[in-house]
Amino acid sequence: MAMTSNVPAYGRFGGFGGRYVPEALIPALEQLEEVWRKAVVDPEFVGELERLQRTYTGRPSIITEVPRFAEHCGGARVILKREDLNHTGSHKINNVLGQALLTKRMGKTRVIAETGAGQHGVATATAAALLGLDCVIYMGRKDTERQALNVARMRLLGARVVPVDHGSRTLKDAVNEAFRDWVTNVATTHYVLGTVTGPHPFPEMVRDFHRVIGVEARQQVLDLVGRLPDVVCACVGGGSNAMGIFHRFLDDASVRLVGFEAGGEGVASGKHAARFSAGFPGVLHGAYTYVMQDDDGQTIESHSVSAGLDYPSVGPEHAYLLESGRAEYRPITDDEAMEAFSLLSRTEGILPAIESSHALAGAMMLGRELGRDAVILVNLSGRGDKDVHTAAQWFGLIDDEGRVADGALPDEPGAKGLGEQQ
Amino acid sequence: MSVGPVLDSCRAEGRAALIGYLPVGFPTVEGSIEAMKVLVESGVDIIEIGVPYSDPVMDGPVIQDAAVRALAGGVRLADIFTAAREVSGQGAGALVMTYWNPVLRYGVERFAADLAAAGGAGLITPDLIPDEAAEWIAAADAHDLDKVFLVAPSSTPDRLAAVTAACRGFVYATAVMGVTGARTSVGEAADALVSRTREHTDLPVCVGLGVSTGAQAAEVGRYADGVIVGSALVRCLTEAATVQDGLEALGILARELADGVHRSRS
Repeated sequence: MAMTSNVPAYGRFGGFGGRYVPEALIPALEQLEEVWRKAVVDPEFVGELERLQRTYTGRPSIITEVPRFAEHCGGARVILKREDLNHTGSHKINNVLGQALLTKRMGKTRVIAETGAGQHGVATATAAALLGLDCVIYMGRKDTERQALNVARMRLLGARVVPVDHGSRTLKDAVNEAFRDWVTNVATTHYVLGTVTGPHPFPEMVRDFHRVIGVEARQQVLDLVGRLPDVVCACVGGGSNAMGIFHRFLDDASVRLVGFEAGGEGVASGKHAARFSAGFPGVLHGAYTYVMQDDDGQTIESHSVSAGLDYPSVGPEHAYLLESGRAEYRPITDDEAMEAFSLLSRTEGILPAIESSHALAGAMMLGRELGRDAVILVNLSGRGDKDVHTAAQWFGLIDDEGRVADGALPDEPGAKGLGEQQ
Repeated sequence: MSVGPVLDSCRAEGRAALIGYLPVGFPTVEGSIEAMKVLVESGVDIIEIGVPYSDPVMDGPVIQDAAVRALAGGVRLADIFTAAREVSGQGAGALVMTYWNPVLRYGVERFAADLAAAGGAGLITPDLIPDEAAEWIAAADAHDLDKVFLVAPSSTPDRLAAVTAACRGFVYATAVMGVTGARTSVGEAADALVSRTREHTDLPVCVGLGVSTGAQAAEVGRYADGVIVGSALVRCLTEAATVQDGLEALGILARELADGVHRSRS
């Protein structure tokens, strides 16, 4: 297959990627690339990472077939890759452990990270605690408010959480602030970038730390079903869980790879994070990729019920997979994602992260298109514990002050809710 | 119209050049151009015309704040060309400082052509390294524009050689590791960086990041070919009660800085 044998320009996926950062950071990126490339062929590093994955993260993560949920997916077989069962509750720990070990190898003592939903911040704070590193997490003020429990988790783990008041006060501004910290403190500090974007080597390195997801899942599906899946579904914010599960399938021409972006209130509303539907190629946060931007190249603020998908740019390898035709990308609205959130919870007893619920809604859509014989693998990238407050407000189960209220879930039979039973 | 001759004539006078940054569009487009003229009248040799950008990772709070307010006020990228025309009409060098995405979106070749037509000298590109700049370098060369790339205290000899080889006009040496903003001391790293940079180039080397007073300008002017001041000037405008107060404060600070570079080698 041509997909992986293409040799792109240095640090590029096709025309996408590159290093659009201040000169001051170039030596650190060169050092990172050198240390990383040596580490991944060093049995000591590989052995240590595998040991942590087994004894700390809980890898391999299992797969779960979900027949009651699948009844709502046109009867297709739906199989979940359970990254939600990892320590810290999402796939993010895979990347963070790798980068934290590299931080030690580089002789640095401090890590910084950006976070949106808080999953990457929690994972970074966890790894920093485990390996004895100082840790500062940048988080948009708006996100600290909608993910207050994760702020507390990070602080309990020993990290300092810095709310960012610039710009839109969400993930993109947290990334800006992390870059400002890094350019100031790069001698002692490693920036644990949380997704498959940023300057080279981050997109490739972060993908490779998550590649284990697809490696495990491909074999697990073969063992369970006896053949490869027809489709692999994943949500795409920056795109790390999607690249993690997609990568091992790139050479399997029969397997469709479908990424689901946050459609917010609908692409036509302008309130979304559907970069591939409404963005243009450009540069943001060090990479040439698709960016939501106006005619002057100013970044347009994104919108999503999911803090983790609320980002106006996307990893450059996804831009390449789109342009090469190997993967396809569709928007999922807030409403569709929350319906899938509720449905998986009620049919299977699994509370998914709202991010991952976009992939579940995608599986519902594709299942209805493909019908009964299809096998759909979904990356359940995170668990929904962090989202209970958001979901409870969405469905009216609590009011704005957090008190129990009278709302009803979309598919709740008959009952009006708790209020009626009192 | 390169800034090279401006730097040459300063060198002939036995002093460093004074380079002042202001973002276009703050407090308004007209107001920002007025402020740039005040800088020229007060002894600033080269104006860095800043493009306000939504995600300025190399800027500290003062310039971020001005950029946010300029964008909220409706500044457009094309206003840059108006400012370049006015500044060059005053006889000062008109260099544009911009993050890369606005230029990409406008079209690199088209931007270079329009900037040259407006009398602009070229670009300072804080998030574009020469390795990624093939399209810009070709367009700049075609339109006779300056290419000012940055070097930093962390730059290795290899990087210094590669970056300076791609520059035209001058080399921008960042005095400290960090973002824009006034600092109480410019630090010893700047002097060492200028010396290390000179091993690789005969181009003028100008120092920015952190300079805010006449005394600092005099100190930096002793070893650098140009002294770049940004946040301290911007603050004159952002903290003023009225536009007129801001322009007055700006003139006073610019004259103090100009006095600094004039006595730097005396």
